Amino acid sequence: MNEKTMYELRKIGFYTFIFIIVVWMGIPLIVSTLYAFGLPDEYYNPHRIIPFHFTLKTVKMLLFTLGGWDALKNSVIVATLAIIISFILGLPAGYSIARFIFPGKDTIKLGMLALKIFPVPIMAVPLVMLYIRLHLIDTRLGVALAHSAGALPLVVLITASIFAGTSAELEEAGMVFGLTRFQSFLKITLPLALPGLAAAAMFTFVGSWNEVFAASVLTFSHRTLPALMLTLMQTAPDYYKFAAAFIMAFPAMIYVAVARKYLISMWGIALK
Amino acid sequence: MAKKVSKYVPYLLVAPALIYLGIFIGYPMIEGIKLVFYENGGFSLATVHRAINNYYFWPALRNTLSLVVIIVPTQLILALIFALAMNKVFKGRNIALTLLIIPMTLSDIAAGLIWYSILSPSGFMNKLLINLGLIHTPIQLFGYQFHTREFIMLVFVELWRSTVTIFVIVLAGLQMISQEYIEAAEVFGAGYWTRLRRIIIPLLKPSIQTALLLRTIYAFSIFGIVWVLVGRDIPVLAGEAYYQVTQIKDYGVGAFYALLIAIMSLTIGIIYLRLTKAEYLEVRR
Repeated sequence: MNEKTMYELRKIGFYTFIFIIVVWMGIPLIVSTLYAFGLPDEYYNPHRIIPFHFTLKTVKMLLFTLGGWDALKNSVIVATLAIIISFILGLPAGYSIARFIFPGKDTIKLGMLALKIFPVPIMAVPLVMLYIRLHLIDTRLGVALAHSAGALPLVVLITASIFAGTSAELEEAGMVFGLTRFQSFLKITLPLALPGLAAAAMFTFVGSWNEVFAASVLTFSHRTLPALMLTLMQTAPDYYKFAAAFIMAFPAMIYVAVARKYLISMWGIALK
Repeated sequence: MAKKVSKYVPYLLVAPALIYLGIFIGYPMIEGIKLVFYENGGFSLATVHRAINNYYFWPALRNTLSLVVIIVPTQLILALIFALAMNKVFKGRNIALTLLIIPMTLSDIAAGLIWYSILSPSGFMNKLLINLGLIHTPIQLFGYQFHTREFIMLVFVELWRSTVTIFVIVLAGLQMISQEYIEAAEVFGAGYWTRLRRIIIPLLKPSIQTALLLRTIYAFSIFGIVWVLVGRDIPVLAGEAYYQVTQIKDYGVGAFYALLIAIMSLTIGIIYLRLTKAEYLEVRR
């Protein structure tokens, strides 16, 4: 076998491998989307592998009769609140860690690192007691507060590394020209840090959007989307499951399609 | 420094975050311990007994641990292969990459339901195989009597869903490795495997450690995907915690299971911090 055939063979092997990956990831997404809109009769027809006739009925039913739309809104509200809360608290902390040297800083950083990997959602079980006392049980704010506790250590660490990457000299130059530290932060550092902060926000959003344990334990009527589906799907007929999969997967697919470029570098930063 | 800052400023900036975390992580910890060990105003092990003697407890613990032990290492190997392949430039890379990352933004509930459309008795796989004449009756994967099949299916679906977490971290790590090292090795005649073993993998060590830690800890609280696909046929710890709280309303037992998961995660986390603490502080001051 000469060099050239070896090379060709390896190329074919490589593309076969990539093809398998694409099929492995792609087929389930395509099939479940088709099934979400397929007629239920066709799903139960053993000779129809892929549905030919489509209907919006199941998805509509799930959204408007079974509460999917409200849950979707709840999910968006909770995730947005989680971003706001974790940023209000996390941004100053990250800035402080990046810019100042002070005793106890390393301990705080290590603590954040340890909490980043602490399974916060699972602590929703004892949190129920506190929530009942504070009347936070079954509220969107309550779920958002728990989700931001999960995201906060990460936001602190990400913002710290972002601010450490933006030049302190520029900020100090601003202060020389008469800005206060806060003004200089707002006008110089914040715009520079914005792309990284957007990534941190996306990360918080996705985390909250997908979190199901805390959301299920802390609510019973104001469900987020995953929490609602978790309970609905216990008893729902199969074609509702596909519709539910679609409703949850569709935003994710759009999100990936739009933000793919940033996703890898963002998770690279965020998870390091 | 242009202006001297008061020495309290750094602390004032950090304080809100610390207090918040204290309330939302520290308080539930204490409340959890109280739920487990206090009864009628005194120390009591009744809840612990109830939790441990629960019919589902030992299977749940065993299943959770076996899922972690089977899934996480397999994922690491898969993710490494994927990342090495995706680090090349080739036609169609963007499509392959996009598809690979989708599960990263997919909730485990959605992933479970998506795979249900493939694996259910009237699902895609069974209909395809029947119509190809390969099988005559649908392959049953769901139901308590198919315990082993359900377990394998869970492993498979979880591999599909969460391998990407490791993949992304490892790929980000790969992209940070300077091409110069690899070229230098090539100049000295190192083949692909030698380069991989002696240069790429050692340089990837921090990424791999982070990825493994995160995945292990997420895997300890595996819940949604199990609940959607097999319910309590295959009990897991987080699932039992959820069940005790929402169905039985036994918060003590639920808190015990939750604390157990937290303790297991913390143990792994401490081991990890011990291993990487020095490096971390050195690199990022």
